[in-house]
Amino acid sequence: MLLKQKTILPGFAMSLGFTLAYLGLIVLIPLGAMILKSLEMSPAEFWSVLSHPRTAASFGLTFTAAAVGAAVNLVFGLLIAWVLVRYDFAGKRVVDSLVDIPFALPTAVAGIALTAAYAPNGWLGQFFSAAGIKTAFSPLGVTIALTFIGLPFVVRTVEPVLQDLEAEVEEAAASLGANRWQTFARVIFPTLLPALLTGFALAFARAVGEYGSVVFISGNMPMKTEIVPLLIMTKLEQYDYAGAVAIAVGMLGVSFLILFLINLLQWWTRRRAVL
Amino acid sequence: MSIAIRSLTKTFGHFTALKDVSLDIPSGELVALLGPSGSGKTTLLRIVAGLEFQDAGEVCFEGEDARDDKEAARQVGFVFQHYALFRHMTVFENIAFGLRVRPRSKRPSEDAIRVKVTELLKLVQLENLARRYPSQLSGGQRQRIAIARALAVEPKVLLLDEPFGALDAKVRKELRQWLRQLHDEIHVTSIFVTHDQEEALEVADRIVVMNEGCIEQMGTPEEVYHRPASAFVYNFLGDVNLFHGRVEDGKAHIGSITVDLSHQQPQDSEKATIYIRPHLFDIHRVRTGKNSFKAVIKRINPAGSVVKVELVSEWGGLVQVEMTQERYRELALKRDEEVFVSPKEEKGFFADYSI
Repeated sequence: MLLKQKTILPGFAMSLGFTLAYLGLIVLIPLGAMILKSLEMSPAEFWSVLSHPRTAASFGLTFTAAAVGAAVNLVFGLLIAWVLVRYDFAGKRVVDSLVDIPFALPTAVAGIALTAAYAPNGWLGQFFSAAGIKTAFSPLGVTIALTFIGLPFVVRTVEPVLQDLEAEVEEAAASLGANRWQTFARVIFPTLLPALLTGFALAFARAVGEYGSVVFISGNMPMKTEIVPLLIMTKLEQYDYAGAVAIAVGMLGVSFLILFLINLLQWWTRRRAVL
Repeated sequence: MSIAIRSLTKTFGHFTALKDVSLDIPSGELVALLGPSGSGKTTLLRIVAGLEFQDAGEVCFEGEDARDDKEAARQVGFVFQHYALFRHMTVFENIAFGLRVRPRSKRPSEDAIRVKVTELLKLVQLENLARRYPSQLSGGQRQRIAIARALAVEPKVLLLDEPFGALDAKVRKELRQWLRQLHDEIHVTSIFVTHDQEEALEVADRIVVMNEGCIEQMGTPEEVYHRPASAFVYNFLGDVNLFHGRVEDGKAHIGSITVDLSHQQPQDSEKATIYIRPHLFDIHRVRTGKNSFKAVIKRINPAGSVVKVELVSEWGGLVQVEMTQERYRELALKRDEEVFVSPKEEKGFFADYSI
């Protein structure tokens, strides 16, 4: 349709061509090559790698920890975004830039810092171990790391939507007799839902692929605290390229499926609130 | 419900939005708060609604101070200029909102809600739009839904903040006539804010003209239009010509003409500003009497129900005159023609004089 339409904007054919070529080169060709490589294995071989208990355990850990981390960020990210948008206070800009630290920090640095803090004798870890809770070198530690790196995504996607939300809408709810909680649950939250889902999806996707900040705090015990990216690294180090590729393709499949579901959910919530 | 406003004062930082404002609104009336932007009209409305809090003074509903009441307890419906509809809810759910958020003991049943919402949709003449989302409606439809939503909680007072300000001229006219009809049907005490004098004159039972945080005049449309209490009111309620002259024995002398100000009973003054509406002048081809001045036609705008003529008077000032289409055809006026302008033998001039 657009291909035939006359438009005042120049260079449509050229820029579209470039876009497609670029996306192909950067995204599709590497992924395609990986899938092609996995086809060298027979389905039975492929399945035996994926269904191996160690692989299954790491898949379980990675996706569960990523989902829990993203869910935690959903709640506290919303809270932080709320505070940053709604209130003015001294040091607001400092708090605002603190949110970006997980973005900016090299993941290995984050990993070392988290491990130091949560190790049984660390600043925070000592209180947890006193309470009998193991943080570092346990699935909880993995979740903490994945929560850490996902925080900015929720805050930064919710912030602009919250800024756009007119105070009038809340005043309207109040004048109709809604209390603060009803106003939040029935008016504000549904408006923020699409942005929250986007933030959740981004934080989740980032957490699934996270490597650097997790490998230190997890302790990497097979069957217990081994994440999928680490398992792929291990296979590669053992020159088991086919095994690494099989796991990678499995991960790609699951990630794609989950993001697709989130997008579907997003489409459904957004469809009802087109501006 | 009657509303009494007593010595209300409100400041925002260094800006004084309301200065000691007192006002009585009888039950069941449709009152317009009219004024330029920054005159405090919206602030006054928001304080009555409980969306803003006064620095001093009180707002009484039926004689009782409402300061400690929550917004909802005041039983006030509020309609915003930009509708403020809940965009993730259908029209039906928007209207039902006020009923659904009631505490469980007072919440009507699902059937009762459906009946109420359908009734309101009929009242605002949008029965077939119940399942639409606000984004699928035109501006005029959105505002009618907003009014239905406000009426759902059966408010004792309906407050409208520039309700038609965001609509285009044609829809605006239709909707304000509709608002008048609606008010005649339901008789809920209503206050609406506007800066459009035509809107206020056409719709309201009573007009409160505000300027710089004070009330300039309150009265029926006829009173404020024909018996303005101040130069500001006269000026704000319609087009005016402004002249400098002197006042003597109840008459104003402007150049070679004299106008009767006896209805205003002015005191003598050497320096006065006299306001004359464009339709209070007449144009003649020949000097008919003593009471006229010479002027040259600069512009003629015959589009509309009246013909607007712009002239330059013999002393160099710009004068606007309005006449009927018939009179215009009779005179067959042309640009750059020299004509004579005289004030009509009517009352309605206004002088702002200093002694």
